[in-house]
Amino acid sequence: MNGEFMNEEIIIAGFGGQGVLSMGKILAYSGLMQGLEVSWMPSYGPEMRGGTANVTVILSTERISSPILTAFDTAIILNQQSLDKFENTVKPGGLLIYDPNGISRPPERTDLRIYSVEASKTANEKNMHKIFNMIVLGGYLKVKPVVSLDFIEAGLKKSLPERHHKLIPANLEGVKLGGEIINRVN
Amino acid sequence: MSELRLMKGNEALAEAAIRAGVDAYYGYPITPQSEVMEYLMAANPEKTTGMVVLQAESEVSSINMVYGAAGAGKMAMTSSSSPGVSLMQEGISYIAGAELPCVVVNVVRGGPGLGTIQPSQADYFQTVKGGGHGDYKLITLAPASVQEMSDFMRLAFELAFKYRNPAMILSDGAIGQMMEKVELFDPIPRRTDEEVAQQCPWATTGRKRGTQKRVITSLRLVASVQEEFNIKLQKKYKQIQENEVRCEMIGCEDAQFVIVAYGSSARTSMKAVELARKSGLRAGLLRPQTLWPFPTKELRSLAERGVQGFLSVEMSAGQMVEDVRLAVNGRSRVEHFGRMGGVIASPLDIFEALKQFAAGEKKLF
Amino acid sequence: MELEDIIKEENIVFKKTKLLNDKPLSYCPGCGHGTVHRILMETIEELGIDEQTIGIAPVGCAVMAYEFMEIDMQEAAHGRAPALATGIKRVYPNKYVFTYQGDGDLAAIGTAETMHCCNRGENILIIFINNGIYGMTGGQMAPTTLEGAKTSTSPYGRDVSTMGYPIRITELIAQLPAVRYVTRQSVHTPAAVRKAKAAIKKAFEYQAEGKQGTCFIEFLSNCNSGWKMSAVQANKWMEENTFKYYVPGDIKDNFKLLKNPVVEL
Repeated sequence: MNGEFMNEEIIIAGFGGQGVLSMGKILAYSGLMQGLEVSWMPSYGPEMRGGTANVTVILSTERISSPILTAFDTAIILNQQSLDKFENTVKPGGLLIYDPNGISRPPERTDLRIYSVEASKTANEKNMHKIFNMIVLGGYLKVKPVVSLDFIEAGLKKSLPERHHKLIPANLEGVKLGGEIINRVN
Repeated sequence: MSELRLMKGNEALAEAAIRAGVDAYYGYPITPQSEVMEYLMAANPEKTTGMVVLQAESEVSSINMVYGAAGAGKMAMTSSSSPGVSLMQEGISYIAGAELPCVVVNVVRGGPGLGTIQPSQADYFQTVKGGGHGDYKLITLAPASVQEMSDFMRLAFELAFKYRNPAMILSDGAIGQMMEKVELFDPIPRRTDEEVAQQCPWATTGRKRGTQKRVITSLRLVASVQEEFNIKLQKKYKQIQENEVRCEMIGCEDAQFVIVAYGSSARTSMKAVELARKSGLRAGLLRPQTLWPFPTKELRSLAERGVQGFLSVEMSAGQMVEDVRLAVNGRSRVEHFGRMGGVIASPLDIFEALKQFAAGEKKLF
Repeated sequence: MELEDIIKEENIVFKKTKLLNDKPLSYCPGCGHGTVHRILMETIEELGIDEQTIGIAPVGCAVMAYEFMEIDMQEAAHGRAPALATGIKRVYPNKYVFTYQGDGDLAAIGTAETMHCCNRGENILIIFINNGIYGMTGGQMAPTTLEGAKTSTSPYGRDVSTMGYPIRITELIAQLPAVRYVTRQSVHTPAAVRKAKAAIKKAFEYQAEGKQGTCFIEFLSNCNSGWKMSAVQANKWMEENTFKYYVPGDIKDNFKLLKNPVVEL
């Protein structure tokens, strides 16, 4: 980042169980390992029980003021409800990444850079369900390389319990794959 | 070596308790702070530092377990959320009346009653204006980041023992549930029984023959004796007010309008101040880190310097705003803005309110 | 023979324990509290554990127990003594901890604290004074007040259909697996006092072993002022009435419920 100012405000949203919170945590931890200021603010409480889950992640070269936001630089969207809820919260000129699986009404805004990442389909085809969220993350990092892959590995080491460290190569594989399958839509 | 980690506020608080050399945690589960006991139970510090972690049958019992251990000179703490802290008020009053050091954490949720599990700041009055019965004060620390959840745990015990007074960490669901970078301090060894006996000669550790017995009590039946004690307490409180005020000021040097906010409201307000500055409105933020003692002098001097208005931003119907008014004492305009019931005012909401306030509006929500 | 000649060590027939001071007790003459205070402090002195003992006083008639007992003590809020005792014992497992509580404190407002302290098997001694009435507040109905007994809040006698039954909390406590020793004693005759003191001694000896296991001793006492009788009448009434419902004797020892429970539940 060469000492440049960087402030990236991200909302990640989908169903509970899609790994939304853990994707956010890995991203935040990786940012921390890279020396950034980070925050991770989940939705919590009854709305998490079986419903939608979302998390706000902020990566910044400077002290983070509010971890709670209503406008974002990037939205990573994994289901229709989340698209309906968050499409209008992306700042003009911002980034919207979505997995088209299960999306009946694609994003309509014209003032955003919109990308689709077929993570669900790819994970199904390659039997990589457990790292579905890493494919999504990889897609995002391809478009916005806010954290380098070396630090993603360091972040995974910190986020995952030791007994799961053997899964890190597969996770990194997912990140790589995500970078390959992401496509600009508009 | 200090250690960098990404942690939830509640987890950082629990880890800091182990590292601060706390002797005992007694608690009862309640959302949104159950991670505190869960973290402690999983960490099992009894095996490493010797810290006791016990799940009590109620908040009533846990605060009284804290009373017992604190009366015996040990570093004891509990944590809960609003409804549970209401149950603890009896015990807290007794602890204040017996002049015992301990730490109580309130990860506040919306009320009244069972309310909601979402973040709130509606327990300000309960915390700084009494809560339980009798004339007493809690040293009240208000963390606004995960880092402060860790740092204030150690600070709260330091202040509690320095003044033999209960200390409260008044947090909220947002600070408890969010993750941020935290630099953990190096572990402080737990005091040995001998060190406790030496440092706390008032503590009931077993009366040595030929010495005076120690009695921990808040009962003083004779009115004049009770009054004498009340006067002593008030002197202590005055000393705390003189020495222990802590606050952070951002952009207050040239500010025309100052937001006063603590905890997660201070974080959203910080962003609102950034937005205001970008729009050309000279705004600042005064963030009390101690709610009692309150930064009265700091606010007064800002008012004397010519700040035109103070906007108290709280997740409540307006509680701290009363203390802001007392401090400003008519020198400038003071209003409140906030959401209630677990709803968080966004930075944009606060920025809008600040603009209206600067334009002379009174009714802001 | 002069008085000074008689005051010699070898002539002593009774000597007050050093662990009770000379302050006049705040209890009514003939009440059991004073005697239980004495045998408790005597036992602690005889066992030589006074430097390691911490006591918890209740709210009730014994609220000022710490004024008379010359050991380190804490004064609890009403009913909370077992929680304080837990808090202390957990951070000082090698010290001796006891609570001293009345029937309102232990069996009404503090039922939860009492039950759960015993259910965890906190290695402490609970001393429970049961006189079937609220003495300090002036003779109101207690959870242990006998059926039909008149008090200021049951002026027509305790009606169990609306006021509930007198609670045998001691028998309830005995059912808990982590409770080691449960006994019901009285201090209304010299023979009873001797047995009661032996029970206290056994409880502290169990505590010294450092194992899990709560010891629980109930003392039946008269409340002659509350019952509006002379002390002698009150003790007689207690033998004839109270002892039938709250039968004295051991209920549990060393984690074993005794074969013939003294009271059918």
